[in-house]
Amino acid sequence: MTPPATAAAVSPGLGEPFLKLAGLRKTYPGVVALSDFSMTVRPGEVIGLVGENGAGKSTLMKILGGVIEPDRGAIEIDGGAHPSLSVAQSMAAGIAFVHQELNLFDNLSVAANVYIGREPRKYGFLKLVDDDKLEKAVQPFLDRLGASFSPATPVARLSLAEQQIVEIAKALSLRSRLVILDEPTSSLPIAETEKLLEVIAGLKADGISVIFISHRLHEVVRASDRVIVLRDGRLVGTLEGDDINHDAMVRLMVGRDLKVDYVPPSKTGGEVVLSTRGLRTSTYPGHDIDLDLHAGEILGLAGLVGAGRTELARVLFGIDRPAGGSVALEGKPVHFATSSDAVDAGIFLVPEDRKGAGLLLDLPIAQNITLPDLKSYARNGLVSREAELARGKRSRSDLDIRAADVAQRTSSLSGGNQQKVVLAKWLAMTPKAIIFDEPTRGIDVGAKAEIYRLMRALSDTGVAVLMISSDMEEVIGVSDRVAVMHEGHIQGTLDRAQCSEENILRLAVGKSI
Amino acid sequence: MLKKDLGLLVLIIVVGAVVAIINPRFLSPINIANTANLVGLFGIFAIGQGFVIITGGIDLSVGSIIALLGVIFIDLIANHEVLWPIAALIVLCLGVLMGLVHGLLITKLKLQPFVVTLCGLLIYRGIARFYTADATAGFPFGVNFPELEWITTGRTDIVAVLTGDKWHSIPIPHAFFIMLVIAVVMWVVLHRSVFGRYLYAVGKNEEAARYSGIRTTRVIIAAYVISATLAALSSIFFAMYTRSILPSGHGNFYELYAIAAAVLGGFSLRGGEGSIVGVVLGTILLQVLQNLVNLLGIPSSLNFAVMGSVILIGVIADQQFAIFRQRRETARERMAASRPMAEAAE
Repeated sequence: MTPPATAAAVSPGLGEPFLKLAGLRKTYPGVVALSDFSMTVRPGEVIGLVGENGAGKSTLMKILGGVIEPDRGAIEIDGGAHPSLSVAQSMAAGIAFVHQELNLFDNLSVAANVYIGREPRKYGFLKLVDDDKLEKAVQPFLDRLGASFSPATPVARLSLAEQQIVEIAKALSLRSRLVILDEPTSSLPIAETEKLLEVIAGLKADGISVIFISHRLHEVVRASDRVIVLRDGRLVGTLEGDDINHDAMVRLMVGRDLKVDYVPPSKTGGEVVLSTRGLRTSTYPGHDIDLDLHAGEILGLAGLVGAGRTELARVLFGIDRPAGGSVALEGKPVHFATSSDAVDAGIFLVPEDRKGAGLLLDLPIAQNITLPDLKSYARNGLVSREAELARGKRSRSDLDIRAADVAQRTSSLSGGNQQKVVLAKWLAMTPKAIIFDEPTRGIDVGAKAEIYRLMRALSDTGVAVLMISSDMEEVIGVSDRVAVMHEGHIQGTLDRAQCSEENILRLAVGKSI
Repeated sequence: MLKKDLGLLVLIIVVGAVVAIINPRFLSPINIANTANLVGLFGIFAIGQGFVIITGGIDLSVGSIIALLGVIFIDLIANHEVLWPIAALIVLCLGVLMGLVHGLLITKLKLQPFVVTLCGLLIYRGIARFYTADATAGFPFGVNFPELEWITTGRTDIVAVLTGDKWHSIPIPHAFFIMLVIAVVMWVVLHRSVFGRYLYAVGKNEEAARYSGIRTTRVIIAAYVISATLAALSSIFFAMYTRSILPSGHGNFYELYAIAAAVLGGFSLRGGEGSIVGVVLGTILLQVLQNLVNLLGIPSSLNFAVMGSVILIGVIADQQFAIFRQRRETARERMAASRPMAEAAE
């Protein structure tokens, strides 16, 4: 097996490209997810694919996997051109995926997982699973990948990197020619990452191509022969050989026109409302979070997906218990056992998952709005329908919720209006601090602008606003300060003057500015 | 009243009319009174079951609670000479305690409601049999409790009391009255109170309820306490109704009657759906079906088969109606959404 350090030095794939993508385009209502994208893959080539969240990587993967059809363009496999692939065609072409969330049955053995749905049989019509044959068939793949576990091991006992090896073994057993690794190292400790990089080098030596998608640019530099950079659905640059380095990638990933106009706060220098010292979440129990949130400011919280931002929000709102450290509200330490305690203290959260956690879609609009503070609309424990409807109507006009009737089901509203209902829930009460987790994800441009306006109006009344966002345009265009998280801690905080896309991204990938 | 409930009421009237035509004894005062009595007895704990089902849970322990607490109640008043109001209070407190334990196990230890209450079913039944050494618990000869008997098994002829007309009278059993009172109180709790709204919210989407600052564990625990307490109350009524309890058989399958009544009444076992009117009507339909088996000369061994078939048909019909309604509603909402400003301006 080739040592990983020399992987990049080996001259990239000798053969002709077997996979060619030409002029792919995919649009969703209001968004161009992928535009005029072309690339080729040669046997035994390791291609790094990088880009910010929403740059178009997953769209590209879904097209390759046959899950979605491109609007335009062609996919050429071994000289045969297709307008789109089906899942079966993708598999037949030898394309295999190892997703960030592994698709393994952890109650079954390694061998059973590799051959799931294709088990060798015995005893004729009884069709019992032939475990011996199964394990013998899997062993060579594990040997090739340098695995130290046996085919009979239950998957539940394997580490994450070992489970990824099982997925790769499955790809080998399917005679795959191209293995696509989606964020394979994002949740791996360093030693395991090394192992995976070795496996990638081994695949390459066997003439199998790899597309390596990662936010961890350091590993992309080490593993890749060629790096493709996506931005806003476009291919913005290709780096090869010695040109592959950290700064070059960051330069290509950023550099877009920012369209959100910054509105400064009416007053600066508010008191600290919410602060954390040495706070730890259970996802990153080894990393401290120190953060100060001031009255009247919008603090943007940037970072890559999986940096621990949502986990922080859940702890601040009392959904999860902290794994350590302290939270103080207006200088006094607070401990929230439940979200109800946080609400009583005046800390509110607009969650990332609007449909699953933000709203009860089957309930009427007015009932969603009054839910967190229902006791205020009740006398002797009985809810006053008049008070509730009056609240609903007031919120509808305050936030300009486009609904004919506040008694209609919330599911009938558009995404932007649903989000306004979530805001209305909390604005009907008096917040001290309010956390927005991806407040404008999946909503249209007009509703976005209104939500930014509402956030600023809220901060101008002295509320402290924490905005978690993966949308650079939004982070830079809305925030008064930006804190950037990297692997469970605050990598750095930027004031308005330092707040550039490049600086944020450097902090997000773990560098300093 | 929801459309669902109205449909169920129509079904009860249709079934009742058919039975009455075939066998007029169905409408005789004594038959109506007996059926009403059973509706009262079963309705009390079925309402409790409804609260649990709305949270998306299930309470399988009801029948065993009725057996165990019934045995304890009879033992206290017949053999230990405890005053019956005190014995009733003890039994109700035990019910609260059982519900509390169920709720705590489900919310704090995150055990599945099915498992927790299944264990309750086995444990309470076992204790009931051990308590009496598998013998029948009953009252010694000549022991009477006039007030208690009047409340639990007595009947009052409302028509006769009001008009003095002895000829067109129907004696209404007190168990039925009490069930109605409980139903009205619980209707207010479920459909009008803050707690009732929380129950629906937790059943529909526990995550969203938690993200709205609702103490979801408290809401769920309260539902199990209500169920077990109403089961405890009905254990007193059943004990006085049967007057002797064979702990191995008393209350067997009663939890399933309650679940069936709730399902017939439009509850979803996924939670978040159901109404008090629905579960009461469901109980009535089940008792009418039992009555029908007796009155139409159907072999009583087919009792369960008839009940099962009717529930199955009812659920299928309800589901098909729901799909139809949903389609119509979506079409209407889409139309409303396409001209929102015009209506919002009015």
